[in-house]
Amino acid sequence: MSSTAIEIQSKRGVWGGGNEPLKASYGKLMMWFFLLSDIFTFTAFLITYGAIRVSYPAYGGEAADFVSSNEYWPIPEMIFDAIPLVHGGHFPLVFVGLMTFILILSSVTMVLAVEAGHRNDKKDVVKWMLWTLLGGMTFLSCQAWEWTHFIHGTDEGSMLTYVNSLGNVVTETVYGANLIVNEYGPAPFAQLFFFITGFHGFHVTIGVFLLFLAFYQAAVGVYEKRGHYEMIEKIGLYWHFVDLVWVFVFTFFYLI
Amino acid sequence: MAQENKNGLEVIPRDSAKIKKIWMTALILLVVTAVEFLLAFTMERGMLLYIIFIVLTIVKAKYIMMEFMHLGDEVKPLFYSIIVPLIFLIWLIIALFKEGAEIFLMRW
Repeated sequence: MSSTAIEIQSKRGVWGGGNEPLKASYGKLMMWFFLLSDIFTFTAFLITYGAIRVSYPAYGGEAADFVSSNEYWPIPEMIFDAIPLVHGGHFPLVFVGLMTFILILSSVTMVLAVEAGHRNDKKDVVKWMLWTLLGGMTFLSCQAWEWTHFIHGTDEGSMLTYVNSLGNVVTETVYGANLIVNEYGPAPFAQLFFFITGFHGFHVTIGVFLLFLAFYQAAVGVYEKRGHYEMIEKIGLYWHFVDLVWVFVFTFFYLI
Repeated sequence: MAQENKNGLEVIPRDSAKIKKIWMTALILLVVTAVEFLLAFTMERGMLLYIIFIVLTIVKAKYIMMEFMHLGDEVKPLFYSIIVPLIFLIWLIIALFKEGAEIFLMRW
């Protein structure tokens, strides 16, 4: 009875192992459930943004006459109106629109890489992974610039009365933004900006690492040896999700 | 023209219809984004504009999930196990917006 014979039955039951629940591989299934949990995290963030926003008065006047104040919630297109290299210009939402385009295009090159992976076409996978990687890094650089501009603020700043970190009420000109005060609107406006775009940027950063990993492994032939390009597909799911989240952030943070 | 490489993985030639469909989806996504961008400056801010924005965003989300993430190609149980839990979010939206509106009344 010491022998451990492995009997291969022709008819295996559901509990016999070796079958794929939901006809998806373990890795893909777990990626989908991870993404579902991440959807909840991001929607919690965005709904919190909405809830805090409606708890503040809306700006009542004409959009063209908008002046920043911490008395009411700002109009995003009047806040996010800067582009690199042009100092003090007014180009509402141009830069963030460009970032959206870059991210959508990198998602397209990703799906092309996945498609090439299905065809076992190493050359195409490597080419499209490289484009996706470049798109991801460009997006991150844009976000770095956007954050820098948001933190440093405009030349004029805003005259605000607020409670500073020492608990004193002060009235002074505020430039840029931090977690206590910002020149654009109530303190939660900048806090939510940092948390939501920051958490998304963190996801993009992880995505760029994963893209680089997949690009490298595809290029040196790891997947070819493995016999399939499923890793490209799994990382693709994650990368599309990052794009999906940005679509919602763009609408709820910048448009509305 | 299937070519064999030394590891024996057969390279299947490109299916141009499939690739064209991917680029068409990309075009739709970019056009919808451009429309949103235009509406932000041409329409007056208000509930109507917000509803249009939300509808267009859900249209984009549908294209990304169905065409890029191939969720539509998965088996139905997997599809529903991803989509159905999102119902909880509707409750969260109602609850937190109500909460926010109440805080507004308390505060101002």
